[in-house]
Amino acid sequence: MGASSKPGLSVNITSTQGGGARETAAALPMRMTISKVNFYYGSKQILFDISMGIADKKVTALIGPSGCGKSTLLRTFNRMHETVNTSRLEGEILLDEQNILSQDVTSLRRRVGMVFQRPNPFPKSIFDNVAYGPKINGMKGSTAEIVEKSLRHAALWDEVKDHLHKSAYELSGGQQQRLCIARALAVEPEVLLLDEPCSALDPISTAKIEELLVELKSLTTIAIVTHNMQQAARVSDFTAFLLTGQLIEFSPTPQLFTTPGDPRTEAYITGRFG
Amino acid sequence: MQARLQWRKFVSNFMLTMTAVCAFVSVAVLFFILGYLLFNGGTSINWAFFTQLPKPVGETGGGMANAIVGSAKLLLAASLFGVPIGFLGGVYLAEFSGGAMASVVRYAADLLNGVPSIVIGIFAYSLVVLPFKHFSTLAGAFALGLMMIPITLRSTEEFLNGVPRMLREGAMALGASKWQTIATVIVPAAYRGILTAILLALARVAGETAPLLFTAFGNRFWSEGWTQPTASLPVMIFTYAVSPYEDWHRQAWAAGLVLLGLILIINIVARTILSRGIAVPR
Amino acid sequence: MATATPTIPSAGPLPGSRSFLSRLRDGDEIARLVTFLFAASVVLITILLVYQLWVNSALPRQKFGLRFFVTQVWDPVMDEFGALPFVYGTVVTSAVALLLAVPLGIGAAIFLAELAPPRISDALQFLIDLLAAVPSVIYGLLGVFIVVPLMRTVIYPALNKPFGFLPIFKGPSYGVGFLTAGIVLAIMVIPYIISVSREVLLSVPRDQREAALAVGSTRWESTWKVVVPFAKTGIMGSIFLALARALGETMAVTMVIGNTPKIAASLFAPGYSIAAVIANEFTEATGDLYLQSLIALGLVLFLLTFILNGLARLLILVTTQKGSGGSD
Repeated sequence: MGASSKPGLSVNITSTQGGGARETAAALPMRMTISKVNFYYGSKQILFDISMGIADKKVTALIGPSGCGKSTLLRTFNRMHETVNTSRLEGEILLDEQNILSQDVTSLRRRVGMVFQRPNPFPKSIFDNVAYGPKINGMKGSTAEIVEKSLRHAALWDEVKDHLHKSAYELSGGQQQRLCIARALAVEPEVLLLDEPCSALDPISTAKIEELLVELKSLTTIAIVTHNMQQAARVSDFTAFLLTGQLIEFSPTPQLFTTPGDPRTEAYITGRFG
Repeated sequence: MQARLQWRKFVSNFMLTMTAVCAFVSVAVLFFILGYLLFNGGTSINWAFFTQLPKPVGETGGGMANAIVGSAKLLLAASLFGVPIGFLGGVYLAEFSGGAMASVVRYAADLLNGVPSIVIGIFAYSLVVLPFKHFSTLAGAFALGLMMIPITLRSTEEFLNGVPRMLREGAMALGASKWQTIATVIVPAAYRGILTAILLALARVAGETAPLLFTAFGNRFWSEGWTQPTASLPVMIFTYAVSPYEDWHRQAWAAGLVLLGLILIINIVARTILSRGIAVPR
Repeated sequence: MATATPTIPSAGPLPGSRSFLSRLRDGDEIARLVTFLFAASVVLITILLVYQLWVNSALPRQKFGLRFFVTQVWDPVMDEFGALPFVYGTVVTSAVALLLAVPLGIGAAIFLAELAPPRISDALQFLIDLLAAVPSVIYGLLGVFIVVPLMRTVIYPALNKPFGFLPIFKGPSYGVGFLTAGIVLAIMVIPYIISVSREVLLSVPRDQREAALAVGSTRWESTWKVVVPFAKTGIMGSIFLALARALGETMAVTMVIGNTPKIAASLFAPGYSIAAVIANEFTEATGDLYLQSLIALGLVLFLLTFILNGLARLLILVTTQKGSGGSD
């Protein structure tokens, strides 16, 4: 079941039973490796013994019913859980073979970026939103160029290039979310985390962002939480299915959706619950 | 890159520490005030303070009995004037009124609340002192009562609105008329909150000095009835503190301790009650 | 079996069918009327207040007109009254107060809203609410016996020796004066800045801060460059509120400002404020022009605080309601 991880770069991804010879022992480089992670809010345990990997320059989706812990897991990848006092993490999370838990959190968060569920641009201009990250991190090079590059990557440049100094709040919801993506991309993260980025958006904006993600993976590794299974199937290369804080199955996406190894996975993807 | 990051982290820690310093300095002022009052005032409080009249200028000793009684009379009369207006006005806003009138009343109350207390004193002077050509307890009470109205009105409205619909509907379903529902169900449900708000209003006007300066004015003796000028604790503190007499300074500290002690106790009790049992509409 | 067809009573009063008197007998109508009268009285009182202020300050308006605001002279003997020294004193003491209180207050609010664990934040806020309940005359007491000597022995030497060449720090100090009054005022208005700013900061959505952290901001950077700007309209509101309080503050200022109706550049000089002169001279005002000039000053004070309070309420409302801090 699931993935067994060796410390280091590559992980053998195997799928459970369902036709024994169907093994994809793909020695893929892993950007992040999660080992035996247990997570608590106070005395309540949310995540149980999670071990998986985030493949380099691929899209990994985390799916599961409400409350299964997928967002919680995602937020540990950039230590965002630490903004809550009562949170406690056990286990190991490696980024490029180094444990993120013992690193400096500020520089970690520059390397692992995040886009949130609801678009949350700063009350600044479009330009200043994207320029914020590069400025405080003292990135070299012309700020204007960095901003343009990020906005192009986020497929927003053409729509805003003549209005860079307008307030970000004048954009539509879908545009604001792409702006948030540009803002995150501006600091050139190695991994980009997206927490249900389309849940507050209309179908057209959602489609635009899904297209974007497929293109972005050549730029940066992507991990996305989604409650929309079809979205996961469309966009991701690998999918992890979580249920009540446990990792049930972790496989290449086509495999998980056509021949799921675990009956619970099958029940979820066929819509029997969640 | 590493150096820049180190600098940023240093700045972050430093600034955040500074904000903590700001917070603790601000709070320390309170303890500072209390400490000084306790020290300087505590040693001056004696039985004479509470029971004797002020001695003539220059003589040591004496007390502030007339000021204590005067303040009590002022507060009593102020409540009798301000609380009913504020309370019933609040009932109107919460139970009977429509949009336009309610907004006007609320706006007037907020306006009244923001008027500097010395200007309230001028108003009371022109209404109650001028026509009768002398200072009086009633004039002072009128000024203080005016200041109690806005707080009472807004609090009454908020607490009445906070009573759950179910309670109202239950009573009306049993056939109670509107005013019966208000009197027998809604007000009793909200009375604790309203009462504590009134206490807070009282604590606020108890310390007011400016509006009394030309309404109740002052009195070196007992004030008979309600139409004579009267001494009050806050005005005595002011008069004694700016005087050149050591003994009067000592008495000013004592009076300050008594006044602040009373006000703080009322505040602590009232706010604790409010923050525990009742949902506080802010 | 024939029984008389029951008549169904009408379900309620038909429109226009009840006379005013019969409605009056209904308790609800009386209750509505009575409470309405009390509510209306609040409005009437407020209107009456403004009217009285206006009417009772007619004499100086007639005699001096707008000159009243630019005349420096305050001479009861010669019946020459000008508001300038008092406006000046009010403005200077309030400005000093804000200069001291705003950084301290916002810093404290940031600590309470962003850093302190909720229980400590609430406990400290409770103590700050108590500070706001301390009456003005008590602050005055401390001003007279603690700040004034402190000014003479510590603050004046510290500022005058090195910086005495600057006009604002020139000249001798008597302990009382603009700076002393400003310091006491600052202490009095800090609680207002803290309370309102703290609430406004707490209402900033969490994901604003998280978005800043997520691109690698330090905690201070996320607070100062993102959260505080988001809340800046409401914080401005808190400052306006504090200013309104400072302007109307009477007793503490009267006790430490020096009661001298003169304009001076030095912060150590004694001065006067609008509220202080009314407090000190009202009962000694001989003659109608004198008294009404004081009332005219009261009217000015009323107008200033009216405008400031209105602006403050508007700003605070905008921030906490929309949850968005304006766009730039």
